[in-house]
Amino acid sequence: MKKNRIIAQIGLYVVLILLAILFLFPLVWMVVSSFKTEPEIFADLKSFRAFVPYTFSLDNYTGVFERIPFIRYLLTSTLYVSVIVLLGLFVNSLAAYAFARMQFKGRDLLFSAVVALIIIPFESILLPLYLIIDEFDWLNTYQALIIPFIANAFNIFMFRQFFLNLPKELEESARMDGASTLRIFFQIVIPLSKPVFITVALLTFITHWGDFMWPLIATTDDSVRPLQVGMQFFFHQPPVKYGHVMAALTMATIPLLIIFVFFQKYYVQGIASAGMKN
Amino acid sequence: MEPITQKTNVNNPLPTVSPKQRKRKNLFTSYGFVAPAIILLFVFLILPAILALYFSFTNYYLLTPEQTKFVAFENYKRLAEDSLFLKSLGNTAIFVVIVVPVQTLVALALALLVNQKLMGIKFFRMAFFAPVVTSMVIVSILWTFIYNPDNGLANSILNIVGLGPFQFLTDKDQAMYSIIFMSIWQGAGYQMMIFLAGLQDIPDHQYEAASIDGANAWQKLIHITIPGIRNILAFIAIVTMIAATKLFIQPFVMTQGGPLDSTKTLVYMVYETGFKFRDVGYSSAIAILFFVIVLIISILQRRFIKENTE
Repeated sequence: MKKNRIIAQIGLYVVLILLAILFLFPLVWMVVSSFKTEPEIFADLKSFRAFVPYTFSLDNYTGVFERIPFIRYLLTSTLYVSVIVLLGLFVNSLAAYAFARMQFKGRDLLFSAVVALIIIPFESILLPLYLIIDEFDWLNTYQALIIPFIANAFNIFMFRQFFLNLPKELEESARMDGASTLRIFFQIVIPLSKPVFITVALLTFITHWGDFMWPLIATTDDSVRPLQVGMQFFFHQPPVKYGHVMAALTMATIPLLIIFVFFQKYYVQGIASAGMKN
Repeated sequence: MEPITQKTNVNNPLPTVSPKQRKRKNLFTSYGFVAPAIILLFVFLILPAILALYFSFTNYYLLTPEQTKFVAFENYKRLAEDSLFLKSLGNTAIFVVIVVPVQTLVALALALLVNQKLMGIKFFRMAFFAPVVTSMVIVSILWTFIYNPDNGLANSILNIVGLGPFQFLTDKDQAMYSIIFMSIWQGAGYQMMIFLAGLQDIPDHQYEAASIDGANAWQKLIHITIPGIRNILAFIAIVTMIAATKLFIQPFVMTQGGPLDSTKTLVYMVYETGFKFRDVGYSSAIAILFFVIVLIISILQRRFIKENTE
């Protein structure tokens, strides 16, 4: 009986290890190749050496910096996504608080309308949105990347769910002391709602970090082009050098990796809670 | 329920403000709180949605906007006869029909594997999740290299087990399946994490009771695990389905819709007809049809989940 269990465990590990190889080999190859010369990459393709880091040349990295404004792409992405997150947290939580706690005419109808908006896929409004942004003269600006994405129906929904479950007593006693609603919101509600703020911030960041289609359309200039679009153009820009592309991809992966390492707990919780709450 | 605002009116510590004024101020605050979000949603979501619907009934061509006129269902009729559109619809359907069940099952299997209490299990969770942390554009570029028929890792690896060589992305019959494989590889870890959270919510005593009754692992899976995560399963299947109908980045980066339009999708056509051919009316008709498909999936989802929870 015990012997069987050990065999079963070994079997399980074999399966897990094979799967881990399947899931990791492309990423290992990417990082390892970024430090190799072009002939080395091609020579290693047919052997296990493709995954062995035996040289550490930084030539590919300097090559990337010579060919594209990589840092600029990175800063653009970081900046515009961060601004969406920050303004979004403010605007959406404020609306959600009104929906959760205040009485006003048309509240429930308005909230139902907001929830209904969650269904609209962004891909179906792409072209009219482009025309509106063009009308505002915002093409090739940060506004085009940021402003349409601040308000988010799903995030309003998430915030409201959380606020509804908060105990009312603290807010009520503060109100009796004469605190304004805005003050109550900032000094009592927000500190109590840290988990939902972190979850929404992370989900928003990850979503928009991966944005591709909209920035592809709304930006044509390197000065406002985000990382994902920059990577796509670099990939198709001759001469296509494996080493250069691998170095750029490796660097482009780092920011999300950092976020993941530092916020791992919230990241996973966020994914899970987004899953449950629907 | 008694509104909070009235309660506070009674206890209002400032006698100079009348209840009526106070109420008015509260109303002002409420609308002030929701206004920024509502205005932004209106201008950047509702308005474009209405415009998309409107354009879909016109012949709006971006270069000759002054000749725009109402054409009723002309664009939709054109769709029914457009072989490229029908092909894109079919390609999208193939992707959805394969990716949704396969990715959901792979994710569930992975979740069951990493839900075991084993040494080093955290490493395996991270390994399966790693592709999720890399963005879709980046993995698409990476896999274009891997799929290179002459200088790619995929053929080298398959060669070890005596398979191939394959043409992958350069063959019209293999390109979509290559994209499907990569997409599952990239996304399964995400669903795995949701499943894992669900699995960990199933109380241990249910399994213990089943063990005492002499149930084997398979019976436990069928009678405890699957019912325990039924709603999550339905939710994941639907979310994956909606995400799958939006397929765009992979074909755009890896194949530009080719070869021979074998990886052209609905969203790809929205993009191409709109931004390349500037045929706003026609592009909008495809966009509206795409929206209707997503809407139908969402409605089915609600029905399904409601039935399950009742």
